[in-house]
Amino acid sequence: MNHPQSPETSNEPLAPGQRLPESERKELSPEAIAEIHAIMAKYPDKLAATLPALHIAQREFGFVSLSAMKAVAKAIGIPEGHVFGVATFYTMYQKAPVGKYHFSVCTNISCALRGAAQLLEKVCEKTGVRPGEGPSPDGMWSVEEVECLAGCGVAPCIQVNHDVYDELVDEQKLIDVMEACKRGEYRPWAQ
Amino acid sequence: MVAIRTKRDPHTYTFPGFGSEKFPNLMLRGAGDLDNWNLKVYEQQHEGYVAMKKALKMEPVAVTEEVKTSGIRGRGGAGFPAGLKWSFMPKDTPERKFTRYLVCNGDEGEPGTFKDRVILEYNPHQLIEGMIIGGWAMQCQTGYVYIRGEFLWLIEKLEAAIEQAREAGYLGKNILGTGWDYDIIVHRGAGAYICGEETALLNSLEGRRGEPRVKPPFPAAKGAFGQPTTINNVETLAAVPPILRMGGAEYAKIGTPKNTGTRIFGVSGHVKRPGIYELPLGTPMNFLVEELAGGSSTGKKIKAIIPGGASAPMFDDKDFDCPLDFDTVKARGSMAGSGGLIVMDEDTCMVQATLRLIKFYAHESCGQCTPCREGCNWLEMILYRIEHGEGKMEDLDLIASLTPRIGLRTLCPLGDAACGPMDSALQKFRHEFEHHITHKTCYSQGPRLLAKVGVH
Repeated sequence: MNHPQSPETSNEPLAPGQRLPESERKELSPEAIAEIHAIMAKYPDKLAATLPALHIAQREFGFVSLSAMKAVAKAIGIPEGHVFGVATFYTMYQKAPVGKYHFSVCTNISCALRGAAQLLEKVCEKTGVRPGEGPSPDGMWSVEEVECLAGCGVAPCIQVNHDVYDELVDEQKLIDVMEACKRGEYRPWAQ
Repeated sequence: MVAIRTKRDPHTYTFPGFGSEKFPNLMLRGAGDLDNWNLKVYEQQHEGYVAMKKALKMEPVAVTEEVKTSGIRGRGGAGFPAGLKWSFMPKDTPERKFTRYLVCNGDEGEPGTFKDRVILEYNPHQLIEGMIIGGWAMQCQTGYVYIRGEFLWLIEKLEAAIEQAREAGYLGKNILGTGWDYDIIVHRGAGAYICGEETALLNSLEGRRGEPRVKPPFPAAKGAFGQPTTINNVETLAAVPPILRMGGAEYAKIGTPKNTGTRIFGVSGHVKRPGIYELPLGTPMNFLVEELAGGSSTGKKIKAIIPGGASAPMFDDKDFDCPLDFDTVKARGSMAGSGGLIVMDEDTCMVQATLRLIKFYAHESCGQCTPCREGCNWLEMILYRIEHGEGKMEDLDLIASLTPRIGLRTLCPLGDAACGPMDSALQKFRHEFEHHITHKTCYSQGPRLLAKVGVH
């Protein structure tokens, strides 16, 4: 079957037969494979390593590309289709490239009552990217609208990459966070 | 290298009188103190692992009995008696030996709920101790802690705490000379609200898509990896050490006769002091919202309170005096759920608030059952057009006819959870929906709840 070429990242849902964007990387590093094998040994069934292995692949590849899914399937020894099904079910596996600093903004009810809608608009304005779009042209920023992060008491709440949340975020705090990112005080994405 | 939180935590954990006999502090000892997660601090200052040592000297059945006596009901949302759940686990017979698992549900994702992270942040050893006691009572081989993927720093902290417990000989082979082997494995989720449902969680733990399973068989018969499994919430398991320490009968004196013990309530939304409050069950809601959380933060009257996380039907001012226990909240037409209170003031547009909630369910529906997958999406679309001034009066009847076709027709309660806020909002604030349809604008002119750039 002939698949069309990998598309550019876009907001549009994939058309039938259309492929997810590919990364340049094709294989997991030997260390990552060893890590996955160690995880497999912890569980009674090797299938249980699928989720942790996808987290590792995301760290290595930068996002969970089709080749990342294939590499995970190969490392564990399970069908590629299974890994594809799992990877597309969970939202924390990014199926397209993200910026060096990926902002997850909670806009659920508790945050919304304390200004999360306005905060999300501010984040988009300051970073120049909208949720669902790929990273900004300089590769620094990407934005995602997420569901409840369990920071309701200190809303509104954002998470930069997979770091500790930033809470009670107003405009000034958002500027501070972005400056701190530029200074390298946050762990960059996938590191 | 473990990334232990160094940022100050802005939550409020205490109030005047907290820690006294009237408001015992069983779950939040040391909350707010960033060093509190260490084994040494837990053992020296908070009677750590006293209960575990006591339990390991008891017969496993006696431990389960003690938890039954305490009357503690599951803190995850359904309020099922935890001791009874433990007793469903099959016992070894001469003919058949079982492999049993204890799974801790730390997939905290219910909007308005932020209690488990406090335990994981400040008292991870209390959870580990509870898991050891539970593992002993049910004679489990392994305990799994499933934690939502966003809590990466808490996962790293819990793993560090587990390592400390291993070094102290509380986990591993032949724990404290009992001949019992037990270990705890932390499993990281990857962002799916549905994995808070226990059988979806099991699928996710096994490395599958987090789709709920058909029940029966219940997890106690066929759970994780096909073996008998008990799943408890983080808060339930963390409440086990205090129960063993003080004795089940003593614990049962806290709260009301059928709703014993204390519970961690989270208050969010339009209140002056949002945060975490541990209170005996049965404490009136207005005491929590008005006295402890300081009442409305905007100076406007409070219009609605969701009493137990986003899935619970809303209360209007007629029910603000409701005692917060499982039975009374249910009798008044809502549910105590996960103990997360969401407070909305008079200026909150209920159409927007409901749309925001329904969007969540439409986004998080796993797609397995048609009523929920289609129903939640249709609810979202109908509410969207009402919110954008394109609604018709018939839409309200359409919603009313749609929700009974979602509720109780699915494998798991996610569909029902979407109907809770939808039905209650339409019933109690129908005039706001009608105003939206006739005037094409909000009845309550508060700040917008929906971003103009959102995608889902």
